[in-house]
Amino acid sequence: MAQLAPAGTKWWSGGKSPFNVEYGKLMMWYFLMSDAFTFGAFLISYGSIRFATNGWPDPNEVFKAFPLMGEMNLPLVFVSLMTFILIASSVTMVLAVAAGHNNDQKSVTKYMILTIIGGLMFLGCQAWEWTHLHGEGAWWGRNPFHNADGSVATTNFTNFFFTITGFHGFHVFSGVIINIIMLIKNIRGDFAKRGHYLMIEKAGLYWHFVDLVWVFVFTCFYLL
Amino acid sequence: MENTKTIDTGHHEAHFDTKPIWRTFWILLGITLFELLLATIHIKTDGRFPPKLVLNGMYLILTCAKAFYIIAEFMHLRHEIKNLIMTVAVPATLFIWFIISFLWDGNSYRDLRNRYDRHHYEMRLEKAPPGEHPEGNEPAAKKPGAAE
Repeated sequence: MAQLAPAGTKWWSGGKSPFNVEYGKLMMWYFLMSDAFTFGAFLISYGSIRFATNGWPDPNEVFKAFPLMGEMNLPLVFVSLMTFILIASSVTMVLAVAAGHNNDQKSVTKYMILTIIGGLMFLGCQAWEWTHLHGEGAWWGRNPFHNADGSVATTNFTNFFFTITGFHGFHVFSGVIINIIMLIKNIRGDFAKRGHYLMIEKAGLYWHFVDLVWVFVFTCFYLL
Repeated sequence: MENTKTIDTGHHEAHFDTKPIWRTFWILLGITLFELLLATIHIKTDGRFPPKLVLNGMYLILTCAKAFYIIAEFMHLRHEIKNLIMTVAVPATLFIWFIISFLWDGNSYRDLRNRYDRHHYEMRLEKAPPGEHPEGNEPAAKKPGAAE
């Protein structure tokens, strides 16, 4: 991570990165900025439509199922489990980055595998949830859930839900793929040969961003 | 990507504290559980406590807190130099304007429609036919045609 620069360093005098980070990492930050605006646009349009609509389904009624629990009423429990999985996989990712700083190839491998498992578990949960909702008759263009006040709902709710969680799930999926590539490169010893593990850091930034987006998706769809 | 010239980022100093990572993990977990607790209290009291508006405000504050910890600690932005932090943080403030203006716009659109579009207003007074999906919980009995 950023070396502690001696006080009074002239960052802009040339010869070094004025931001004290490697080029790829800086560009990852800017890519994530643009991605943040994409997700922001999705979520804000969701909010805008929701404000423009007279009624809206109650998330506690819609999201109350848990695998193998049948008809038990367990609002928010499953989605909290998903949140926990994603946060935990974010932690293992930081630990992989930390291990990379210590040039500890074995630990990087271990933590990358754990991160990938976390990502796959999250995707599995999402697949279950989508399947469950689809079984209840929810999909793009059809919405079996009534508004909280009992009136008939529009299909806006399901359209936004599947579009935004789908887009997020696709990010998780690409994150898992990226992490698998990083794992393979690490096992092959590419980073050890190179002498640094900055690629792990860049993949890590992306992975944390996916977690960050989930925090907002979780709030917007399941809590509010 | 293979031949990226790396600047000297001092990765050989071999020190990266894992303590703040775990602290951040517990904070994030704690906030999520607290949100759950609030939701549960809200459901158990039939939506009387905390009132929905207060509850939503608390959710938003807690969400921002979680976002801050993820960005600052997990993504390590807090430990970068200030110029980099600013190039990320300053554009992100656009969101404040986006959120306020678009939600305001949506709200105004709803008010105008309710005032001038009789049909739209009456739609919300009409209850959904009973028995079809009282809680939105029954398995796919009558799937399609969730009316617009």
